[in-house]
Formats: sequence, C-alpha cells, structure tokens
Amino acid sequence: MAETHKKEVTKAEELAKNQREISVSEFFTKNRHLLGFDNPRKALLTTIKEAVDNALDACEEAKILPDIYIEINQKGEDRFHVTVQDNGPGIVKEQIPRIFAKLLYGSKFHTMKQSRGQQGIGISAAAMYGQLTTGKSVKITSKIGPKRPANYYELHLDTQKNEPEINKDTEIEWFPDHGTKVEIELEAKYQKGRQGVDEYLKQTAIANPHVKIVYKDPENQTMEFPRVTKDLPIEPKEIKPHPHGIELGILMKMLRGTKASTLQSFLTNDFSRVSPKVAKEICEKAKVYEKSRPGRIAAQEADNLWNAIKETKIMAPPTNCLSPIGEDLILKGLKKEINADFYAAVTRPPAVYRGNPFLVEVGIAYGGEIPGDELIRVIRFANRVPLLYQQGACGTTKSIMSTAWKNYGIPQSKGALPSGPAVLMVHIASVWVPFTSESKEAIAHYPEIIKELKLALQEVGRKLATYVRKKRLAEHESKKKSYIEKYLPHIGIGLKEILDLKEPEEKKMLEILKDTLERSRDKDEGSLSN
Amino acid sequence: MKVVSQIKATASNIYEKIMKKQKPSINVPLRSLQNVKYDPKNGYFELKGAKKQRTLTVNTVKTFAQTLRMMAFSKEVVENDDIATKRETYYVSKNWGEAKFDEQVESDTVMDDIEAMFEVNREQLGFIPEEKGGEVAGELIVIDKDPNTGKDIKVDCTKFGSGAYSIPISIEHLKFETDAKFVLAIETAGMFQRLVKHGYYKKAKCILVSMGGVPTRACRRFIRRLSDEKNIPVYAFVDCDPYGAFNIYRTLKVGSGNAAHINKYFCVPKAKFLGVTPQDIVDYKLPTHKLKDVDIKRAKDAIKNDPFVQEHKEWQKAMDLLLKMGVRAEQQALAKWGLNYVMERYLPEKLKNPKSWLP
Repeated sequence: MAETHKKEVTKAEELAKNQREISVSEFFTKNRHLLGFDNPRKALLTTIKEAVDNALDACEEAKILPDIYIEINQKGEDRFHVTVQDNGPGIVKEQIPRIFAKLLYGSKFHTMKQSRGQQGIGISAAAMYGQLTTGKSVKITSKIGPKRPANYYELHLDTQKNEPEINKDTEIEWFPDHGTKVEIELEAKYQKGRQGVDEYLKQTAIANPHVKIVYKDPENQTMEFPRVTKDLPIEPKEIKPHPHGIELGILMKMLRGTKASTLQSFLTNDFSRVSPKVAKEICEKAKVYEKSRPGRIAAQEADNLWNAIKETKIMAPPTNCLSPIGEDLILKGLKKEINADFYAAVTRPPAVYRGNPFLVEVGIAYGGEIPGDELIRVIRFANRVPLLYQQGACGTTKSIMSTAWKNYGIPQSKGALPSGPAVLMVHIASVWVPFTSESKEAIAHYPEIIKELKLALQEVGRKLATYVRKKRLAEHESKKKSYIEKYLPHIGIGLKEILDLKEPEEKKMLEILKDTLERSRDKDEGSLSN
Repeated sequence: MKVVSQIKATASNIYEKIMKKQKPSINVPLRSLQNVKYDPKNGYFELKGAKKQRTLTVNTVKTFAQTLRMMAFSKEVVENDDIATKRETYYVSKNWGEAKFDEQVESDTVMDDIEAMFEVNREQLGFIPEEKGGEVAGELIVIDKDPNTGKDIKVDCTKFGSGAYSIPISIEHLKFETDAKFVLAIETAGMFQRLVKHGYYKKAKCILVSMGGVPTRACRRFIRRLSDEKNIPVYAFVDCDPYGAFNIYRTLKVGSGNAAHINKYFCVPKAKFLGVTPQDIVDYKLPTHKLKDVDIKRAKDAIKNDPFVQEHKEWQKAMDLLLKMGVRAEQQALAKWGLNYVMERYLPEKLKNPKSWLP
C-alpha cells in the first residue's frame, strides 16, 4: 500500500520540484529589449545614457554644476570600453555594490518629482549586459570628499540571486575632490549619425545648458560641449500623489501601508491637495466612515472610495515638482549647438494629465546653416533626456504634424512634417512621463499633452511667422535698392548726354529720383525681374 | 535737325518731372492692327490713339535707363551725320555697364519704342535696318552723292546690263530724272530677271522694281517719291495668294500696323493691284496649287480684321472667289502659255484694262 502511495506522486508535484523563483536578473537577461539592449548599437547608447543620467541627477541634487567626461575605446571589432566620469558628490562606499550590481535597486520608480532616472532600468542593467557579453566586471571609482580616499570596486552581478559579488575592493589615490567614475566593457557597435552616441551627447548639451561635457570617441577625437550658464536648474520638489491619478490597485496598497490611523487623515496626509474637508466629502460620497482604520478597509469599500474620488472636485496638483529648462536657456542651448538666423522658445505653464503635473516647452532654430530642402529636424526630450528612437510613434510628432505650418511660413504636405531650414525642439517635463511602451522611446498620446504641445507649437509658429515676414520684406527692400542702384546711374548718363547737364546737376537729380523711387510703394511691385 | 530737338524736349520733360519729385513717364503709341484706322482719302494706316504709358518705377527702371541711353546715342549719331545698324547699336550698348542689352531683340524693341514715341522713321534717328531695299532697272536716273568726294553722281538705271540698281537704306537725299510712263513693282526676282533680260522696260517705257517679298521702308519710300514727285502710276505685280495680296501689296500701298506711326511717308496710296488677280486665274486658265491652311487663315483674318480690306468691297469679293476656288497661282505660272507670254500678251492686256485691276 505504501508503495502505491509513493508511486502516486502526482505530475503536478513533480513539476513543482522544478519550479523555482526566477530572479529579476534572469528575466531581464532573456528580455534585453525591454531595457534598451536590443542591438549592439543601441546597447552602447543605453549604457552611456544610464551613466550620464545618473551623473546629472546626482550633481543636480548635490547642487554641483556638472562636468561630465565620456570616453569610448575600441578594444576589438565589436568590443568597446566605456568610461563615464562626473564631478558629483560621489557614492557612499556601502551603497556602491548594490547600485551597480543589483537590478531595480534604488531606482526612482514612482517618486513624484521630475527626474531623469525614472526612465531607465538603471546602470546595473548596463553592467550586467557588459558582463554577459564580455565576461568583464564593472569598475567603479568613487570619492565623496577631498579628505577621503577614493573607493575602487570591481563588481560581478549574480543573475540568479540578483546580488552583487565583489571581485575587488580597494582604496586608491584619485585626483578629483569628489565624483564617480564608471567603466563598463561590452559588446557593441559604434556608428555616427542620427541615433548614435555623438548625437545623443549633442542633444543632451542643448537641453542641459548648465552641463559641461567632454567626449572622446573611438577614433580618439575629442569634442567639448561647454556650458552656457552657471545657474543650476530649479530643484523640483517631491510631491505626494494626486488622488485623480491613482489606480485602484495602488490605492489599496497605500491603504495597507499607510501610517495614518484614520481614513480621513490617510487621505489628507498621503495625497496632495486633499484638505480634511475634502477628505470627509470623499468618505461621505463613498459611504465609508471617515474614522475607520485604513488597514481594515475591504476591497469593495476601497472600490467605492476610488469612485468617490473620481467624482470629487479636487484642486490641481502643485507644480513645484517640475523644473522647466526655461525660454532663456532653451535659446542659449540651441544657439550654442546650431548655427541659425532665428531662434524662438516657449515654455507653457504647467498642466495636468491623469493627476500628473506636466509642462511642455518648444524651441525652434531657423535659417542660417540649416539645410532647407528637406523635412524639418525634430529633437525630442523627456525630462531633459533626449529621445532618439521611435519618432514616428511619438505624441510630439503627431502634434507637430497636425499643426498648420503653412500659416507660419513653412510649407507642409498633408499628414507630414513641414519642410524647411528648421530644427524644432520639444521638451516634456513631468513627474511621470507617459510612454507608448516599456522601451520608453515615444511619448504617449494623452489628449491633455497633445493639446499643450499644439498650443506651444502654435505660439512658436507665430513668432517664426513674424520673423519670416520681416525677412521677406527686408529682402524685397534690399533687392529694390540694388535694382535702383544698378540702373539709376544710367538714367543720369542718358539725361546728361542729351541735355548737357553739369555733374552737380546730374548728381542732384539722381538723388531726388532715388528718394522718389525708394519711397514709392507701387501696386505692381511684384517680383523684380532681371 | 528736328529729331534732335524732339529728343531734347522729351529728355527735358523727364528731367523736370524728376526735379519736381515726381515719377517721369514715357508715352509710346500702341502699334498693332487693332489701333489703326484707314481713310481712303488719306490712303494709309493711321494710328488711332491708344498709347502705352510707361512710368518710371522700380520694375521699369531698367528699360527706362536703356531707352534714355539709346536716345542719347541716337542724338550723337545724328549730330555726327553717321548711321548705326540695329546690330551695331546692340553692340554699342555693351559699353553701358548694367544697362547693356543681353540680346538684340531687346535692343530692337527699345529702338522701335523710341521711333514710335517720336513718330519718326528710324532712319531719322540714325538707325538703319539690315535688309536689302529692293532692286531697280529701267527708265530712271538717280542722282546720288559720291561717298568720297561728296559730289553729285548720276546713276542710269538702264546701264546695268542684266543687273540692277540696289536701293540704298537712306534715300531722302536722292533726286530723280525720268520719262517713264509707270512703275511696275514686282514680287519675285525671277519675274524681274525675265523682264530685265528682254528689255521690257524699254519697250513699255517704265521703271521695274523688284521688291523681293515684302517691300522695305526704303523701297516703299523710293516708289512713293517717284509716284509723288514724278506723278507716275504704280502697278503691283505679285503672286495670286493671300500673302501676295495682304503682306506684300497691302504693305506697299497703305503701310503696316507695326509702322503705323510713320506710314504716312512710307507707302504708296496711289498704287494699284495689276495682277495676278483671282479673276486672272479664271481668264487666263492658269495652273494652280491648292490653298494651304495657313493661306486660308490669312485670307479669313484679313477679311475680318484688316481695315484696308474692310474698306474695299472689291477685295472682299476677290478673296471670296479665291477661297471658293480653293487655289492660288504664282506670277510665273504664265510661263505655261510661253516663256514670254507675260511680256507679249499678259502685261499689255492688263495695262490697257483698268477694270481688271484691284484697288
């Protein structure tokens, strides 16, 4: 009997033996495209992006004007060694292993404040990728003060446990007072062009005019992007979530995790813009007692609360969580990287989508050395980070295409981008930038965002139209002038020869005639033919 | 020199207007068939009066400058008693810096405009055309000036053998001596040759002029002076087709739309159309060719738009007959009846029969 019992180990139990927890790192190893490592060229870009984003966020938080140094060395046909160094505050020794060799550690997932970091999976993904493709460990050097030594680590990521393994841990002499240097060796491909590292850094320089970037490429050429302002951007404040942006599942999670003792105080303290009065109103609408313990709220009651929130009028969220680049600095940023004749910028006031504050900024560079016989170039930013991929799917592109650029002096075919000598810069800043997919390359088409984008584009368009009109008028005037200058002397010669005029008489007559002609505004002054 | 004072007057006008801070303008008559009228009493196409006013604006400053410079040039040529061909004028303009002409067509146009402005013949402005002026053989002595000595020389138009005297471009200075009974203006060189070879002008006591197609102004003026000063009739002898009638003959007789501003002296209102008439085709049973589409169009246009044709019913009838027959005949078709049939029978018969002529 016991034997049969033994033999009746079910299929399910057998299968159960083989099941084990899949670690996060294992999952991502098999799903690299989710992190931006789908192809070798993109891998290089993502690595640099993560490192640079971290560096900028750290410097800004520590109120240091960022100096970033990037170097790419080619080690083999497909192998590159990437170095990114900053003059930031440095990282405390104990934190270093987890930041660089543990996925999803310390990521700024759902902090309600504008930051670059929320868009990436973090630097550890790049370290893991490097490790996977070359076997080499990530190397970190970091120093938090001039009187402290620098810490040097070589780390390995255990993909099964999702834990760092320290291969080397020493203190070294390092010249800078403070800062961090990351070195990753990975399989990659280096290509110049629209979606490469060079372009990425150039655009970063435009959207972050307070940053100095020095970049040495695999061909040993050094490019410097100097800063054009010594002012740091306004520090965005962290805000509490707004009730209108919250999903039911999150609401329930918050109820279980809150420190508040009553429902009313939970609503007042854990959310923005909810006064005790408004909190009470919500509870009444949901028919839930406001002094109930939040942890005891049942699923049905939570659902009622959620619906009640939707129906309650609540003031728009605070916007000090946003830090726009600002019109002045957008102009400065564009001017230093693009040689054009005309620049304009617009920063829209903050707005809200789904309870999340956001704002839109647009800048344009027109004329000058920008080639004119092609579609305008669009550069997109989300929280000051360049978006290089999926332009077609992006909400910004849609807004640009549905603006009537003909009214502003740039020709445009139906359903397409306008064509002309222009570079159009679009920046969306938000506590939570909505993307179309996990790869975070294109902005989602929320109507509130599209609306703001269009308003900003139209404002910039109007400024451009004024400039274009003035320029055309000036060109016409100068052509008119040159026409008069060319031929007027001959009228003088003709009349002089026929009438035997003396030179001063001829001179005077020409002066008067020139004046008469220049003043005139003839109706049939169309195009001046030669 | 009248033309010089005209130029000065126009220039003065322009100068004064400029000094008054106004924009000067030039008035140029519209020269086309739409703007001519025909009074048989006067006998030539006259301008009706429509003018183009060209005011100096930024758009027209170039043409204005070119016009003034050409006027100045013309004054210079006339004062120096010189001549300049249209082509030479075009090349002279290459000295005018930005105001130079890029193509001769532009130069010719400005020249035409100046001519029309002053209502003079371009020769009076010192400008001469390139075309050959016509050939003369017959009972005529032309008194010209020797280019080297300046003395008078007598040119006897009977003494060219089988050749002929070429009408020069400028003819106002010529004088004539003749006993001829009439002038025969001939379209084709071939017909002219035949008549010269057989000494027809002696037999008929006339002056033969080979127009060589549409007669030039000089040729028309030449014949006109003979007609006026020596009081001799002028007969035209051309092919029987709309071109012969309305391009060659009509221009000889009343001038052209283009030259309407100067037609007065450059046509022969007393000329008569001797032949070949459409009726001649019937009477003399001449060999013919079918009328081409372009001929038919020309005939219809003339009937509709040409003030000369509209005035003379005989011409309308003649054209109707031609269109009805649908054929045309050349003057040399008379050869069918014998090479010298034209001199022995056709011309003597026609000359005796005014009723067979067209106005």
